[in-house]
This record gives sequence, C-alpha cells and structure tokens, in this order.
Amino acid sequence: MTQVERRQWDVVIVGAGGAGLRAAIEAREQGLRTAIICKSLFGKAHTVMAEGGIAASMGNVNEGDNWQVHFRDTMRGGKFLNHWRMAELHAKEAPDRVWELETWGALFDRTKDGRISQRNFGGHEYPRLAHVGDRTGLELIRTLQQKIVSLQQEDFKETGDHESHLKVFQECTVTRVLKDGDRVSGVFCYERETGRFFVVEAPSVVLATGGIGKSFKVTSNSWEYTGDGHALALLAGASLINMEFVQFHPTGMVWPPSVKGILVTESVRGDGGVLRNSDGKRFMFDYVPDVFKEKYAESEEEADGWYEDPAKHRRPPELLPRDEVARAINSEVKAGRGTPHGGVFLDVSTRMSADVIKRRLPSMHHQFKELADVDITAQPMEVGPTCHYVMGGVDVDPDTGEALGVPGLFAAGEVSGGMHGSNRLGGNSLSDLLVFGRRAGLYAARHAESFAAGERPLVADAEIDRAAAEALRPFTPEEVAEGGTPENPYTIHQQLQQSMNDLVGIIRRDEEMARALESLAELRERARHAGVEGHRQFNPGWHLAIDLRNMLLVSECVARAALNRTESRGGHTRDDYPAMDREWRRANLVCTLTDPDATSGAGAGAAGQISLRRREMPPIRADLLELFEKEELIKYLTDEELTA
Amino acid sequence: MSTTSAENGTADAPAGERPSTSYDAHFRVWRGDTDGGGLEDFTVEVNEGEVVLDIIHRLQATQAGDLAVRWNCKAGKCGSCSAEINGRPRLLCMTRMSVFERTDTITVTPLRAFPVVRDLVTDVSFNYQKAREVPSFAAPEGLGPGEYRMQQEDVERSQEFRKCIECFLCQDTCHVVRDHEENKPAFAGPRFLMRVAELDMHPLDAAEEQGLDRKTTAQDEHGLGYCNITKCCTEVCPEGIKITDNALIPLKERAADRKYDPLVWLGNKIRRRE
Ligand SMILES: Cc1cc2nc3c(=O)[nH]c(=O)nc-3n(C[C@H](O)[C@H](O)[C@H](O)COP(=O)(O)OP(=O)(O)OC[C@H]3O[C@@H](n4cnc5c(N)ncnc54)[C@H](O)[C@@H]3O)c2cc1C
Ligand code: SF4
Ligand code: SF4
Ligand code: FES
Repeated sequence: MTQVERRQWDVVIVGAGGAGLRAAIEAREQGLRTAIICKSLFGKAHTVMAEGGIAASMGNVNEGDNWQVHFRDTMRGGKFLNHWRMAELHAKEAPDRVWELETWGALFDRTKDGRISQRNFGGHEYPRLAHVGDRTGLELIRTLQQKIVSLQQEDFKETGDHESHLKVFQECTVTRVLKDGDRVSGVFCYERETGRFFVVEAPSVVLATGGIGKSFKVTSNSWEYTGDGHALALLAGASLINMEFVQFHPTGMVWPPSVKGILVTESVRGDGGVLRNSDGKRFMFDYVPDVFKEKYAESEEEADGWYEDPAKHRRPPELLPRDEVARAINSEVKAGRGTPHGGVFLDVSTRMSADVIKRRLPSMHHQFKELADVDITAQPMEVGPTCHYVMGGVDVDPDTGEALGVPGLFAAGEVSGGMHGSNRLGGNSLSDLLVFGRRAGLYAARHAESFAAGERPLVADAEIDRAAAEALRPFTPEEVAEGGTPENPYTIHQQLQQSMNDLVGIIRRDEEMARALESLAELRERARHAGVEGHRQFNPGWHLAIDLRNMLLVSECVARAALNRTESRGGHTRDDYPAMDREWRRANLVCTLTDPDATSGAGAGAAGQISLRRREMPPIRADLLELFEKEELIKYLTDEELTA
Repeated sequence: MSTTSAENGTADAPAGERPSTSYDAHFRVWRGDTDGGGLEDFTVEVNEGEVVLDIIHRLQATQAGDLAVRWNCKAGKCGSCSAEINGRPRLLCMTRMSVFERTDTITVTPLRAFPVVRDLVTDVSFNYQKAREVPSFAAPEGLGPGEYRMQQEDVERSQEFRKCIECFLCQDTCHVVRDHEENKPAFAGPRFLMRVAELDMHPLDAAEEQGLDRKTTAQDEHGLGYCNITKCCTEVCPEGIKITDNALIPLKERAADRKYDPLVWLGNKIRRRE
C-alpha cells in the first residue's frame, strides 16, 4: 500500500484563477475550511493574462444598458445555444460582482464622473467592459489574491495561523477526483517540487481549472491549459457538453515564430483599430452575415462615425463576434491576400495618436516592441487566428454549478459548459468566473455542511493505490518492462497539437475529423508507452506524460462532437455544412466516458474512450424570449418552438 | 531519450532543415538543487525572433529533459520566469536573443536572493510571507458596493503600482537582502514597501480612520529605513514601474513628516480629504 499523507478540509477548490479564487472566498465566508490547489504559484493563473475587460451592464457610460440587453447580446453571440438560465444569472449578477471588487481594493479606470469606466467590445451593444488599461485580468487576480490574504489575516488574529481556514497548496497538481460510491470524497495530488503524493479529503470539490488550448498548436493559452478539469470530471463520471465549440480568437501574433499565437487584445479593435488585407482593403465589410446585417455599418464613413457618435451610426464590422472575424481573416489569407507572415494587418497607427495608443494599449505596445520589433504607434501589426477558449465544459446545474450526476462535484469558469453557447463574447469570461465562481463556492459550502460529523464520504486505500500507480506509470512504461524503448511524451504532445490544429481547427471537414479520431487512437496507444527519465522532483517530462491522458480525452471529445454536429454555428465551422440549422439549435452533444472502470488509455482501441449522446435543450423561458423581436427569433428557433 | 514538458511552448525545433538565420549559441545554465550544483555548458540552436525562454525550452526538448524552470504566459504578464541572465535579474520570456552577440556566452542562473529548489527554480515563499504582513485595503465605512467615486488622476498613482506582476526581480536585486539573509525578517523589500505606498495613496483606503497609520508602519514594521534609494529595483522592473521615485521616496517623505512634524501631518490629512 502506498503511504500517502491525508489532509482533511471541508471544501477543496482545484484552480486559482478568477473562478477558483472567487469560489474559495465564498466558501470561506460561509465559514468552511477551504483548500485551494493550483499548478502554478499563487497569483499566476491564466486569468492574469486577460486583457480587455470584464463585461457587466452597470450602465456607467451608456445609461441604456441593463441586464436584459446584456442577456440578449450574450444569447446572440452564442447563437442561442447558451443555457438561458446561466446567461440570465450572469447578466443579472455581473454588476454586483464587479462592484464588490472595488470594496476589496480594485482600481478600475474611471469615467469623468468618477465611476468605473466601460469600453466597447465585439458583440456588446453598449460600452460594457470595466477595465484597467489592457491588464484587466491582472487586476482581477491581484484583487482576489489580496482579498484571500486579508481573510487569512483575519484568521490569524483568531487562531494564530494564517492557514487555519483558507490554504493555498501552490505548485500541486490534482490527477484524480476520488469517490465513495456516487459521492465525491476528495482529490489525489502530487507536489511539483518534491514529487510527493498527497490526498485532500473533502465532501465538496470545485473544479476551476480553465481550458484546453494546449491541445492545439497555435494558441494563446499557457502550459496549464491541458484540459485537466474536463478530464477529471469525465473520469469521475460527469459529462461534458458543447465540446465541439472552440473559440479561435481572430487576432493572435503571427510573427516571430516563437510567439505565434500570443494574444492581441480585442480592445485594439474596440478602441478603433482596423483590419486590412495586403491590398490595403478594410475587408470586414464583405463579411457581415445576414443575421447581423442591420446592426453593422456598410461604409467606412459610417463605421468611423460610430466611435464618436454611436447613437447615429452603426458599429464597424471589425467588432463582429469573434467567430465571424476569425473566419474572415482565415478566408482572406487563403485567398492570397495575407501579409508576408501569413496574417492580416491590424492598424491603430493611422487611427490614434502615439500618446493615446500608449495610454490605452500599453501592454500591446510593449509586447510588440519587445517581442516583434514592431512599434504599433507607427506600423500595423500582423495578426491571425489563434486557439483561445473552449465553450464546452462540465455539464452543470445552472444555479449551483454542481456537475449533473456527481453529488459534491462542482465546476465554474472556463471548465464549465453551457453559459456561452457556441461562442463566447469578449469580456464575458471574467464576469462568468466571478458570478459562477461565487455560486459554486456557495453551493459547495452548503453541500459540505449537509454532512453530520463522521458521515462524510470516505477515501478508500485501494483508490489511493490506484491513483498512485497511474501517476507513476511513466517511470515504468509497458514497453520498458518488456525491454523496448519508451515513447517521448514531448513528441506525442507535438503530434497531438498538430493533428488538432490541422484536422479539427477553425474550418472543419468530415474526412479530416475522422482522420483526427484515427490519429488520436494511435497517439493514445503510444501514450501508454510514454516514459520519462530522472526522478520525481520538479520533473517537467513526467508532468507532461501525466497531462497527456487529459489532453487525449478532451481532444477526443472535441473531435467526436465536431464530427457529429452537421451544421456551422459559432465556434464550430464546417466546410461541408456551412449553414446554421435551426434543428441543431435545440441540441447539446453530451460526452461521457465509455468505460469508467478502464485504467486510462488502456484497451480503448479505435472505438475510443468517449460516448456521445444528443440531448434536447430546455426551452427558453417565455419572458426571456419576449426580450427579442419575432423576426430575430425566426433565424434561430424552429417554427415548432416559436408557436409553443 | 530526451523528454520535455507540457510547459514546452511554441519552441518549434524542426529536425533536419534549418533556416539560414539560425545559429548555435553557447549557454551555461546552473543545474543543481538544495545540495548544491554548478554551471553546465550547452551548445544550442537559436532561430530568428527567439527569447531566452525558447532556448531553455529547446534544451529541455533536446538535451536536458528534466531541466526545471518556471513559466506561464510567455508574454511578460505573469512574472513566473524570473532568473538571472549574465548576472542580471530578468524575465526569461522577455529577453530576446538578438540583444546578445552570436559569439557571447549566455549564462543563466537562478535568482540569487532566494534559496534554490532545483535548477532555475527558487523558493520565493519569502515574498508571500511579506505580502501577508501588509495590512489589507480598508474599505471606507458608509460606502456600499457601486457607490465608490474616484477621479482618474487620483487612482493613477496607485494604478502604476498595481501593474506589478510579482516577478520579484526587484526583491532579488535589492542589496538590502541580496547578500544579507539577516535583513530579511525586518525588511519587506521594494515590492511590498510599494504595496504599502499603493494602499496609502488609494483615494478611499480607510486605514487611517480605523487607527492604522501606514506611513509609520512602513518605517517601523516593514523596514523602509533600510532603503537608501539606490534605485536598483527600478532599473530591473520589467513593468517599468518607478518604484523608488514614485513609491519609496514619497513614502519616506510622508513617514518623515509624520514622525517629526505634527502640523505637516495635519496639513497632509486635510489636503488628502479635499
Ligand atoms: C491572453 C488572453 C486574454 C484574455 N482576455 C480576456 C478578457 O479580456 N476578458 C475576458 O472576459 N476573458 C479573457 N480571456 C479568457 C479568460 O482569461 C479565461 O477564460 C479565464 O481567465 C479562465 O479563468 P478560470 O478561473 O476558469 O481558470 P484559470 O485562470 O485558467 O485558472 C486555472 C487554474 O487551475 C489550475 N489547474 C489546472 N489544472 C489543475 C490541476 N490538474 N490541478 C491543480 N490545479 C490545476 C491552474 O493552475 C490555475 O490556477 C483571455 C484569455 C487569454 C488566454
Ligand atoms: S531603492 Fe531601496 S528598495 Fe530599491 S533597490 Fe535600492 S535600497 Fe532596495
Ligand atoms: S515591482 Fe516590478 S520588479 Fe518588482 S515584483 Fe513588481 S513587476 Fe517585478
Ligand atoms: S512566462 Fe510569464 S512573465 Fe515570463
């Protein structure tokens, strides 16, 4: 039997990004002892990279804004595939979540009358994004981090121990959610520094692990985004929905090669930046789809007028939702009108003075100067699509964030599914983290409280042994035992990224996705023989070998769901089915593990590890439907739904 | 066999063909752990546009699979990849190879002011401990969420300090602690003295009303007096924050006022109220 240290907490939060930290604050404020586990140092989670802002209909800049307008924009952006209840809660609660940050010390940019300033962003009808220059994510993380420190200071006064009620286990990775029968009982982790295993026993586990972008070659995401929470949920018996919807952000850096994929914030366009092809043409006017025709400008004059006087002008097509802009850029480059390095031009230099650019977009100015030798106050940037965000995630109850079918398991933030439908609007993630992070923390606390002392779910030794054996397998891969050469996990990872990029990328085709599934089956087989050298202390090769399990599971979900959905919608575009289909609007594709008892990777063969099921969406509540004009609804809902 | 990390980002190392702009560089990287270690020599390919972190990743991928390094964003936003390059504290992801001559030997070592964990990874818990010692933002009484009103010019000073990505390069470089372990208990370091200044300059921080004098504590509890304004911290800050001029010196002035001249103190308080 493996000797593994066990620790007892009430609520354990996996992830220290915006969602995880907000959940932890809530659970601790409910009086529960809360542990946070994260792969990086405290304060470094992916959320720190968010640039543009956080969407909330405070109405500080345009009084016409309110939750109903925000709800409408969110549903339109997601092409009505959003879970309406999540979109409703999100729109209603986002302003409170932002204001609350101020009471914890956040300093947002201000309007003239001293309120929180709000900026324009793609798909949002009014200026709605609270921001701090272009480093909003940093402000969010730091504020939540400092709020946690302040709670720890309070605990210190009471108990003499900063960590008595709220502790961060940093640089630790969860590899399994543990269960007692149907119920969650804790998590199994390893510590990066020492390679030591430990178990945190808790009746409530909140997954807040972010996204999956590291399965794609060109991505704005960091190494943490290996889809861990998605995989942990599957392995614990939960399901994932909407996995076919992956957002490719239209503007990533394309040069130099070593920074390809790094994000260029949408604020560049929100603040006046325009897209041009190699002929110098502002091509977005040619790409306004019918569903958005009434809302977007038809000429450059009209578009330019909008920045000054939005009431009298329609918005520039550069501010269409991300999926539209990404596809347009892709088409221009394919048609041979791209830049030298295979992107298009994004220009602010001819639109704003150098001073204004430096003030409003300081980190973009810095990023291009330092990494690409480009001065954006004098030259255009070269940009192209990059894998950015996954709309799909854990199938949760919209109000509580509890994973359906797994009592005690919760999910919030990018790892949860439903809120954004088929496409997320910019700024709607940061608000999502706070709204649903808080809710998950609250209901996780209630769930933990529901157990009388001594009645909590237990962690069995056998389960710990299984998890330990799985984590250690890269040190003794099967092939090595038989005297062969082990596979290099790095090579497998590279090939996985290439396959997903080429075969399940921004534009998809039947044969290619089928090929992706074959390639995944082969990679899965090889991953079983992935081996590493050295010891368990801070060994990146070992960590990757463990992460491969997660990336392979999640990639299979993406490929399988994408192959099945025979239409184009939001972050899922098919060459062979280019139109949106109202029948498909009502359907979620639900992924579950085919054989929950199989040890990971083994035995699955070409059939794969994932089963797919089509499920009807719940009908949208009538009063919410009434927020839209009939003519608009006709584009999305079936006749049957409209008359019901 | 060589392995590397999920951490390995976009460092493409296409086998076989090499672009004409690429060359081989000479690297010396510190390897070891708590029991000691030393510099190891490597010859490694460099391509156009790359940064030092790309080269470290290439080493992981091709020559030293278990080389430990921290990083996250690869865009200068998270402050994870701090190390010393040719003895100077820097972010690995924001140091371009083009700033060196092709013939230079590039030496990469872990942050000197903190204990080594492994290779380029150090134990930075000192900083998290110091963060805990600074009393948090005190919310003003009687102002609910949504009721905060502040002018842009009044928040800008603190906003500059909130650009901090907590890379701890300033903490590493400051001579008060760089080679003086004995000063660590008494000295918060530039990053956390700046945090005190940030809160002190926050237009709505109510610490004073609640009986906490941040200026005096900066002096008495966080070791502001150790700082002799050499500005080394400012020089290494990747965010370009004017730590010394805008945070530490004003804090020293305010602390001095507070200590010796009650009238100036009163004046400050009234001015601040306006
Ligand atoms: C460059 C960039 C810019 C963006 N800009 C914006 C913007 O302006 N507005 C907006 O709304 N959205 C933006 N987004 C999207 C948004 O930042 C993310 O969707 C959001 O931050 C995700 O937050 P999260 O809390 O879900 O997870 P993260 O912040 O990613 O945190 C995940 C946490 O989980 C931990 N973790 C993961 N796996 C494990 C494991 N196995 N064990 C333990 N811990 C684990 C990680 O260590 C980390 O702490 C941007 C994204 C990027 C990449
Ligand atoms: S200015 Fe002060 S804090 Fe900064 S490096 Fe010099 S002594 Fe240290
Ligand atoms: S002040 Fe500058 S150098 Fe110091 S930790 Fe912050 S960003 Fe790094
Ligand atoms: S990796 Fe984030 S600052 Fe270098």
